[in-house]
Amino acid sequence: MEIPKSFLGFKRENGRAGTRNHVIILPVDDISNACAEAVSNNIKGTIALPHSYGRLQFGADLELHFRTMIGTAKNPNVAAAIVIGIEPKWTKRIVDEVAKTGKPVEGFSIEGAGDIETIMKASKKAQEFSIWASEKQREECPISDLWISVKCGESDTTSGLASNPTVGNLMDKLEPLGVHLCFGETSELTGAETVCEKRGKTPEAQEKFKKTWNDYNDFILKEATDDLSESQPTAGNIAGGLTTIEEKAFGNFQKIGSRQFIDVLTPAEEPEKGPGLYFMDTSSAAAECVTLQAAGGFNIHLFPTGQGNIIGNPIEPVIKLTANPLTAVNMSEHIDCDVSKILSREMNLSEAGDELIKTTLRVANGRLTCAEALGHREFVMTKLYRSA
Amino acid sequence: MATDIIIHDENDNVGVVVIEKITSKQDCSCWVMENDKTVGIQSADEIPLGHKIAMVDLNEGDTIIKYGHDIGKVVKSIKKGEHVHVHNVKTKKW
Repeated sequence: MEIPKSFLGFKRENGRAGTRNHVIILPVDDISNACAEAVSNNIKGTIALPHSYGRLQFGADLELHFRTMIGTAKNPNVAAAIVIGIEPKWTKRIVDEVAKTGKPVEGFSIEGAGDIETIMKASKKAQEFSIWASEKQREECPISDLWISVKCGESDTTSGLASNPTVGNLMDKLEPLGVHLCFGETSELTGAETVCEKRGKTPEAQEKFKKTWNDYNDFILKEATDDLSESQPTAGNIAGGLTTIEEKAFGNFQKIGSRQFIDVLTPAEEPEKGPGLYFMDTSSAAAECVTLQAAGGFNIHLFPTGQGNIIGNPIEPVIKLTANPLTAVNMSEHIDCDVSKILSREMNLSEAGDELIKTTLRVANGRLTCAEALGHREFVMTKLYRSA
Repeated sequence: MATDIIIHDENDNVGVVVIEKITSKQDCSCWVMENDKTVGIQSADEIPLGHKIAMVDLNEGDTIIKYGHDIGKVVKSIKKGEHVHVHNVKTKKW
């Protein structure tokens, strides 16, 4: 198949391109959720991103919170952003960083004004942003404007056999065209960590990966009461035939095809070394991982599943594929791309990779994903430790 | 012939059932992805979709090889054709 060289995206002020055109109402902290949701109820064409944290965090945990907030609003799938926090200082910190992209952004703080006055002011600005964004048109963008993140979930043996290698096949075909790619799931590479480390393109990348995985493993050994055998693999994984975390890890690892990663990113960090594959240090919990990747600037997500994970994200469209023929039928409303014919040898891996590329481009051009149509908007902050 | 079982690498000692289930004493066709060869095996257990079958006899302490890599240790001996899962294989991580 000849791969199309372009897609129809929304060109942003900073030169990036979006596959979506969201106007977001972003609460800085948990107690501002009500206000943000009220604004998005008032103004059509906006979406609120409620979450659970943002108060009394400190150190690296607070930095990650800001990185996630700022990165989410900076994502090219976001046309404009309203930021609402209880206090002006943290709100302004986010607004100032997002404003550097050149996109419309405005902050509101609730303290001293109360919810109702804040909702009124923020709603007026949100209406202005929503109407402004509605006039944005899709334009032809080079395929290299796609920043593709990947993460698998509710995996079973069909994931490692077929749906993850399908994503790997797509990576092998699209990386030469200059796309950015990102995989994560530090914990779920356990068992394959030494093999993964060798995929680092440079000694620095390998060393960074090794340190990231070791830090994670040291934490597990320190905090775990026994071991991870109750949670890794999960009950769903085991029902699907996965026996050990090593087996799960090598299946997971098929997602990067034969690619090498050029750098290791901290959670929600934006890549800065140009096109190619990046590893991001993330949890393997689906919503946390995709939220971090979206905050890193990725604008379209590929999610292979075996037993049928249903996750979506409010700003980054999540494309599901499965090779499990039962899941493809029984959970068809969640599956964007069915590659189960690989198992019956009616489709080879390259054909499956081509199908996934076609689906990816259709979604990049605006086709709703199953998760979008079903209203999945999981926005989940990663918390490193307890608040002060 | 339709494929009942897929084996990733030539050196793997387990295969994965890719039909809804295989029954005990079923003659199965196995596709080895790496070299595109087809081999046969008779199952000794009923094994559902996605679960593994032993391609050789395995003793306690042996290593399970899948994707050409070590994915765990045998904790209870397994005969060729039997179901391989959490009841007879454990991680080497902990």
